[in-house]
Amino acid sequence: MLAFLLRRLLSMAGVLFCVITLTFLLVRLAPGGPFTRERKIPPAIEKELLARYRLDGSLWEQYTGYLADVLHGDLRLSTKYRDRSVNELLAQSLPISALLGGGAFLLAATLGLWLGSVAALRRGTPTDTTAMLGALGLISVPSFVTGPLLVLVFALTLRCLPVGGLNSSWSLILPTITLAGPSIASIARITRTSLLEVLQSPFLRTARAKGVHERRILYVHALKVALLPVVSYLGPLAANLLTGSIVVESVFNLPGTGSFFVNAILNRDVFLLGGVVIVYCALLVTMNLLVDLAYTWLDPRIRLEN
Amino acid sequence: MATASPTSLRPGLWRRLLRRPAARAALTLLAGILLCTLFLPLLLNADPHATSPAALEAPNSTHLFGTDVNGRDLLARTLEGARISILVGLSGALVSLFIGTSCGLIAGYVGGRTDALLMRLVEVLYAIPRLILIILATFALDPLLQRWLAPIQQGRWLGYSKIAILILALGCIEWLTMARIVRGQVLSLKTLPFVQAAQALGQSHSRILLRHLLPNLSGIVIVYLTLTVPAVMLDESFLSFLGLGVQAPQASWGTLLSDGAQALNPIHSHWWLLLFPAAAMSLTLLALNFLGDALRDALAE
Repeated sequence: MLAFLLRRLLSMAGVLFCVITLTFLLVRLAPGGPFTRERKIPPAIEKELLARYRLDGSLWEQYTGYLADVLHGDLRLSTKYRDRSVNELLAQSLPISALLGGGAFLLAATLGLWLGSVAALRRGTPTDTTAMLGALGLISVPSFVTGPLLVLVFALTLRCLPVGGLNSSWSLILPTITLAGPSIASIARITRTSLLEVLQSPFLRTARAKGVHERRILYVHALKVALLPVVSYLGPLAANLLTGSIVVESVFNLPGTGSFFVNAILNRDVFLLGGVVIVYCALLVTMNLLVDLAYTWLDPRIRLEN
Repeated sequence: MATASPTSLRPGLWRRLLRRPAARAALTLLAGILLCTLFLPLLLNADPHATSPAALEAPNSTHLFGTDVNGRDLLARTLEGARISILVGLSGALVSLFIGTSCGLIAGYVGGRTDALLMRLVEVLYAIPRLILIILATFALDPLLQRWLAPIQQGRWLGYSKIAILILALGCIEWLTMARIVRGQVLSLKTLPFVQAAQALGQSHSRILLRHLLPNLSGIVIVYLTLTVPAVMLDESFLSFLGLGVQAPQASWGTLLSDGAQALNPIHSHWWLLLFPAAAMSLTLLALNFLGDALRDALAE
């Protein structure tokens, strides 16, 4: 167990290192720098600016210097939001994104599991067909269409929720629903397929023959096994939510980390982009590790050593 | 252990597929959309980039889908969007098909260190948020390709560089699942007598891979290809929405939808700007997803 954890932590560090290198090189090698404007700035000033943000010297020197700073926990200054450190920007925006992503994660998991189980238990009935049609529909509509539609209905017509921006915790309701939508559908589909398969397995017949209560059969015996494919989907789910949050934050004008990501790319803000990418990758890699651990807990046949 | 038979395109598949009403509906819809996309622009003869003073007109007899802010005909724009979105979706999926299948075939067949290395690579790529990788790739490669395209025919092809990059970047990201599935199938196929017989007869590795293993994978590959096309189209629309995809004046469904979504407010309701592109895109994605599901069920039957 400990050896497994250590090896995973090492490989996580490896992934992070690769990603930081890739991001830094891609941004620095692409034409155009953070201080390239329509109006040319005098070379002396540009030199001064580059030195201030430690973007002078050879690429190798810049890269190793940046790596050393990152290892010390210093993500440096943003070149766009002048005089603000990336650490500060992330500390400000991350709680918003985390709240949004966490909420959507919980919503997707609970609602998806529920919908999928209901559909599987009532297989072939109109409930099942409607639920699965709805799920396919949710997957097929991009979130930047559902977002404005929800705003139109709940914020502009019914006037019960705020339009956008971040004024109160109510402002996060519509973004959370928008973000969770496609994932609810995916989880419902996976749950249905897997539960249908499990419901036909012999160990449930044995349980019934023993006289176990039907509800216990479903919730304790069947669901625990049926959860396996759902749990293995939680890794990709986290990735989808990260991606989705970039779009949803832009739809609802939320000052979260995702909005910084797009701006950082457009402004060639190397260090801000690096910071966001590091945070995202770290989150995703940690999530994958947690999923693997949950997997072994649910299914003891799987050994961590492999 | 999975048997080999349900993964190949057996003769009865088409018939079993057509027995499903959902599959029939999806196929009809897709055929209709494809025909419209290919031939309607020729019949209409409307330029999707031609501006006119008739800005923001609601749907009427001259402009069936209405017009946008610059007075461009929305029907022509939606059809142009369809061409670009479908092009990106199909080619991106084909690129991912090529990379994923070859990667999975080689990993599963050769095994050992090659397998471990390739699967490690897949794992690392899985750990990076997909959109970040795509955006970084387009961002880095686009200027390079533009510099390369600029001298050809006075830069006539410049507008297509972004689309080409999108196809490449999306294709290079979406192959991961395909590689895993193909590898798993090859691992179980490899132990079957017909592969061992081919090996015993002294057939070359490439012949075994292409003649014996690949045909037996065709079914599962087709299913995932059908499901990859909508995934790629959705990713493209995200990128275009964020302003990092297809560039104006060219339109994809993603750019049209983002324009339409921004025009949505209760005072001036320009609903047609959102409704028509959204309907076109969602119906296409829905049909593709339906078809993929039905294919999977028909294969498993």
